[in-house]
Amino acid sequence: MKRIIAAGTVALATAFAGTAAAQNEQFIPANFYWVGPYAPGGSGFGGGMIDYFAMLNERDGGINGVKLTWEKCETEYRNDRGVECYERSKKKGPTGATVIHPLSTGITYSLIDKSIADKIPLISMGYGRADSSDGRVFPYVFPLITNYWSQNTAKIKFIGMKEGGMDKLKGKKIVNIYHDSAYGKETIPVLDVQAKKYGFQITHIAVPHPGNEQQSQWLQVRQIRPDWVILRGWGVMNPTALKAAAKVGFPRTKIVGVWWSGAEEDVIPAGDAAKGYIAAGFNLPGTNFPVMQDILKHVYKKGKGDMEDSSRIGSIYHTRGVVAGIVTAEAIRTAQNRFGKGKPITGEQMRWGIENLNIDDKRLKQLGAVGLMNALKVSCMDHEGGGAVKFIQWDGRKWNVISDWIASDQSIVRPMIEASAAQYAKEKGITPRDCSREK
Amino acid sequence: MSEVIFFFEVLAGGLLAGVMYALVALGFVLIYKASGVFNFAQGAMVFFAALTFVSLTERGWNFWLALVVTLAVMVLLGIVTERVVLRPLVNQPQITLFMATIGLTFVLEGLSQLIWGSQPHGLELGIPDVPMEWLSQKWNVNISQFDLFSAFVAGGLVAVLAVFFHRTRIGRALRAVADDHQAALAVGIPLQHIWAIVWAVAGFVALVAGLLWGVRNGVQFALTFVALKALPVLILGGFESIMGAIVGGLIIGASEKLAEVYVGPFVGGGIESWFAYVVALVFLLFRPEGLFGEKIIDRV
Amino acid sequence: MLYREAGQFKSSYAEDQGIFPLRQDRIAFWVLMAVAFVVVPLIGDQYWLSAILTPFLIFALAALGLNILTGYAGQLSLGTAAFMAVGAFMAYNFVLRMPWLGIIPSFILAGLCAAAVGIVFGLPSLRIKGFYLAVATLAAQFFVLWALQRFGWFTNYSSSGVITAQEIVILGYAFKTPAQKYLLTLAIVALMALAAKNLMRSETGRAFMAVRDMDVAASVIGIPMMKTKLLAFAISSFYCGVAGALHAYAYLGTVEPEAYSLDLSFRILFMIIIGGVGSIMGSFLGAGFITLFPIFLNLASGWVSHALGVEISHATVSNLELIIFGGLIIFFLIVEPHGFARLWQIAKEKLRLWPFPH
Repeated sequence: MKRIIAAGTVALATAFAGTAAAQNEQFIPANFYWVGPYAPGGSGFGGGMIDYFAMLNERDGGINGVKLTWEKCETEYRNDRGVECYERSKKKGPTGATVIHPLSTGITYSLIDKSIADKIPLISMGYGRADSSDGRVFPYVFPLITNYWSQNTAKIKFIGMKEGGMDKLKGKKIVNIYHDSAYGKETIPVLDVQAKKYGFQITHIAVPHPGNEQQSQWLQVRQIRPDWVILRGWGVMNPTALKAAAKVGFPRTKIVGVWWSGAEEDVIPAGDAAKGYIAAGFNLPGTNFPVMQDILKHVYKKGKGDMEDSSRIGSIYHTRGVVAGIVTAEAIRTAQNRFGKGKPITGEQMRWGIENLNIDDKRLKQLGAVGLMNALKVSCMDHEGGGAVKFIQWDGRKWNVISDWIASDQSIVRPMIEASAAQYAKEKGITPRDCSREK
Repeated sequence: MSEVIFFFEVLAGGLLAGVMYALVALGFVLIYKASGVFNFAQGAMVFFAALTFVSLTERGWNFWLALVVTLAVMVLLGIVTERVVLRPLVNQPQITLFMATIGLTFVLEGLSQLIWGSQPHGLELGIPDVPMEWLSQKWNVNISQFDLFSAFVAGGLVAVLAVFFHRTRIGRALRAVADDHQAALAVGIPLQHIWAIVWAVAGFVALVAGLLWGVRNGVQFALTFVALKALPVLILGGFESIMGAIVGGLIIGASEKLAEVYVGPFVGGGIESWFAYVVALVFLLFRPEGLFGEKIIDRV
Repeated sequence: MLYREAGQFKSSYAEDQGIFPLRQDRIAFWVLMAVAFVVVPLIGDQYWLSAILTPFLIFALAALGLNILTGYAGQLSLGTAAFMAVGAFMAYNFVLRMPWLGIIPSFILAGLCAAAVGIVFGLPSLRIKGFYLAVATLAAQFFVLWALQRFGWFTNYSSSGVITAQEIVILGYAFKTPAQKYLLTLAIVALMALAAKNLMRSETGRAFMAVRDMDVAASVIGIPMMKTKLLAFAISSFYCGVAGALHAYAYLGTVEPEAYSLDLSFRILFMIIIGGVGSIMGSFLGAGFITLFPIFLNLASGWVSHALGVEISHATVSNLELIIFGGLIIFFLIVEPHGFARLWQIAKEKLRLWPFPH
């Protein structure tokens, strides 16, 4: 009897060792949403990220020989399903989940505590808590590229440019139409600060969820007669807002949206009413970038792409997913350079990788992503890393770029981030890290 | 702009928005009246109808052909629903039937996205949703052409339904069923057919509502949310009254817009979400059965 | 054969009135408790504890709260999530502003706040009922969320209106791991379920049921209508409030008001209808079905496509899951319109006769 057990253990051990050796893989969960009201965002973003990973596997055989693997999990954009997907995926793969892209502000909130306990970094690229840019208080959260507050200062700069200088903003009227939720309210304080600084008049108008009726909000706009309207919408609220603007005769060329209001899916339903509408973007659409060409060549030509509707390849959400893929893969590369090339890394090592991520213009060129995204340098203090956005305008068929990369105004944003993060740290009893000690 | 004109603009906008709410509410009323079912799936039906129509036209179908085919699909859906969901649940408590329509909602939502995908679509019916020029130039009043068109469609729909209910044989049978299931059965009205017809008519109303709302919001999953807009209308107007749905819609539309514009700014805005319910509640305190609902006398 | 009462005699009223008159039931219950309290935390991994069981228990508690109101007192409500939100946000504020209070008293106070809100929004029940009342309680749903978002005090003036639950510390002992949080949740839920079971068997519960079955008749035999209905709202909201506090503290950690959207209210209503209206057990069965079954379907579709070796597009699978889920709801209702609790009862009756049905 004893012998049999011993033999069994040996057999099991060898079998286990065998699989472990074969598993030179890096697992990245794809916890997005493919059904429900926000499905276009989830499927496009998820598809872009997966396409980029698939391309790396096909073209380069992974990252230094480590294949990237992923598994889809449907979150339905709901907090509880998001948590379930996270818990389900965190132990998969040889080193567990490398990094999570929650792709929902609500799910990001729910995972902040868990990610610290499990040592799995969260990348909330262009969403989530703005104050998590303070890496001393939020070691595992990375609102990469730009957070909402930074993007908002860039937007005001853009409006200033259009008006012919920041001093011209004085006395101008700006209306902020926002989705009445945590996401929508996020930019109110930063707008108030800027209104004081530049002397423009700001009015915040809330649109109740889901935002499919906006008659009264736009009548208020009509009464205020603002010079600009900032649209901070999500889902059905965006096309409805553009339609309602047309209805009260407000020019769409004076409406500037956040990037979650600036995808094809947000303007196509509005039809002609969307013509001339401007939106911010940290990624640009199109298939002409070399990296997109590589994806078409190595993935779609082989019939493997993730987007079922080929017309969506190169759409805003799709390229945003590609940018997420680039950022993730580059962070893995950075971590491998330090912790051992050609080996899968753990979540903790990935955290270091993201924190020391540096995608400069040279690297962007090598990646074939010049113009797709802006350069990015993350540090322990600054978990955002970039902070520049471009503005794009819808001409009825496609988005056209109408500005250069506009940097955010960190002199406004940074103190607010630090104050908000400090309040969070105090409530939670967190002692902020000392960044000078991080290597 | 003078304050008075602006007030009337808000009022007119609110009334016209109310018409849009009433359109959705009509679908609920029809089904509740004939079968006592609170049809949770009405929003999903609106979405399904609009998505089917728009997907067909995008595939190059002629407008009228697509309309007729979609209508046929909605009728078929009504018949299948009656056969598969309602008939086995005859005589069950209301809440069970309500839950069954929730199951139907999941099925419809999954089915429509499975067949047509989850991408949003634009929809134009040929009437631009812009202010009428002569009005805005002469009086500086903004009234959308499309709003007026919707109002006409809603009015026409109510007229057609009224004729249908009062002048046709089926319509009279429907009213008989609504009054008393058992008595209707006793005089030989086939209950099952009647229910199938009612669901088919509700499907037709859902199609009209879906098209009009689809122009506003785009045809996308969020169309299922329009059902929420109909709920305060329903309690205000009564679950059983077509007139109630229209009048309730107008009252809710006008009062919530006026409240949002004139009261909203003082309390931080966004009060539309609950104001309609408060209006409805105040009415209910005086008339618990809604404006036109049937008075129920409890007997011990 | 194994499951029958032959030979078990009751010699006192107390015995006769036990929750589980059958010895077999008692044994099964204590085994279940032992498993839940001892075995599960020992063998359960983090996935099961923090992603499956804890939310299941919390939703079951909320469903139990709604069941007291809807199932026992007959008042349909769609404001459940709002009462949960009151519980979550008030618990946060009590802990924040009165840290000396301790977690459990804060939860209780938060529950009482929810109860107060429940009474206010329960007032229309004195005039209206049925679906009219259900839609009227939607006012609570929208108003509470609006107020939580609009008044900074509730969220301690956080810029985005989000609260982060503090650490749970009871008498110096910190509940940190999923197993600890699970045990805390389980203990609270078990206690409150027991309280609910007994309350529904008491005079109060019988008054609730009288109001549910025929309110005019109930008032004729001297049951005070206003007090009973409002009490039902208060107790129900208290349960929902505690469930909300647990939802924030033991489950999600950081919550925004929209986490308690209308969608959640509806789902809790689904739970009690599919589980069994007017049954404590049904609340648990329904919560299990509505929260766990979609996850199971999701896992199962993964196994199926793995076993078949075919790659089905994920969107197709997700939509099929929705269709199957909806179809099953209809199927179960046709098989048993009174929910799982009734199925369970039928099964027990059958088991008593087994294997000699005649």
